[in-house]
Amino acid sequence: MRDNTRPLSPHLQVYRPQITSILSILHRMTGVTLALAALLLTYWLASAAYGPEAFGRAQVLLESWFGRLVLFGFTFSLFYHMCNGIRHLGWDMLWGFDMPRLRITGAIVVITSLSLTVLSWLMAYGHVGKL
Amino acid sequence: MVEFNLPANSKVMRGKLFKALEGAKDIKRFKVYRFDPDSGENPRLDTYEIDLATCGPMVLDAMLKIKNEIDSTFTFRRSCREGVCGSCAFNIDGTNTLACTKPIKDIRGDVKIYPLPHMPVIKDLVPDLSVPYAQYASIEPWLKSDTPAPTGERLQSPEERKQLDGMWECILCFCCQTSCPSYWWNGDRYLGPAILLQAYRWIADSRDEAKGERLDNVDDPFRLYRCHTIMNCTNTCPKHLNPGKAIAEIKQLLLKRR
Repeated sequence: MRDNTRPLSPHLQVYRPQITSILSILHRMTGVTLALAALLLTYWLASAAYGPEAFGRAQVLLESWFGRLVLFGFTFSLFYHMCNGIRHLGWDMLWGFDMPRLRITGAIVVITSLSLTVLSWLMAYGHVGKL
Repeated sequence: MVEFNLPANSKVMRGKLFKALEGAKDIKRFKVYRFDPDSGENPRLDTYEIDLATCGPMVLDAMLKIKNEIDSTFTFRRSCREGVCGSCAFNIDGTNTLACTKPIKDIRGDVKIYPLPHMPVIKDLVPDLSVPYAQYASIEPWLKSDTPAPTGERLQSPEERKQLDGMWECILCFCCQTSCPSYWWNGDRYLGPAILLQAYRWIADSRDEAKGERLDNVDDPFRLYRCHTIMNCTNTCPKHLNPGKAIAEIKQLLLKRR
């Protein structure tokens, strides 16, 4: 067992961030973010059910620059968590464990989730523009 | 438990600088973690200037040079100097690897050497490995068989023997074990990548007859399932083995026998 008189060797302080660990912690963080996003979604739907005034307040909040920033973050979280989730499914089927594949699939996940995020916002703005 | 900061007695202090001799041409700085249990002081990071013109090519060569020529109290484990014994595993240049097979010229800037991460330090670069060794014993790493021993060898087909490739090569250096954030936070209950690779080495052995028992032993939320496929283990293994994949193989066997 741990002897408290012995120092603990440095860990996070010295371990160089790895592509493996960075993408893994990002998966965890986007997962937590999505749980928060579900709360916001619930608030938005509830406000719509509550009445025009409450819904109006929610819309003002979400349409502000800060609201949009938060929504942009949620969009990225959704796409990253989804893409990396597919990577996890591959691992569950024992596919993609060698380091070259880990690096390539990792890069694909990052590029795809960023592209999908930007694409959906471009589409959203295009849609709003037409209205 | 997740604890991002080091305890007060573990904070690394600034250490001493040992300058190279006059006329040294190709100077490389080695920043090395030192801890003297008898001093009552915190660990410190000493800097040694080494003339690469008079030093062997590997990080271990520089460490031996420091011990032989500058400070004989410098303490670390080493033995074979050719990557088969697993003694000289340290955190070098930010990742875990063997000092004897890590070329100095692969490292840009100063060479930083710390003990294997998140372990109790006995002295300088020597961590206390009793917990991982006890965990290794817990998976009973020997052939278990109920059938009477044959008169000759226990035979395997070439295919069966091939199942063990990528596992028998493990030298138990614990580079992977101590690269795993899950092991950092739950090392008292999670077996860790090195031990689980060994667990699978026996599960996958066609001659072993205790597969079910072995699977029962690891089928536990902490012992096995603290692995979140972070994959720092496979990324850092100096023998280029794949502990992360071995763990996934165990998970799949457990799923299949449901």
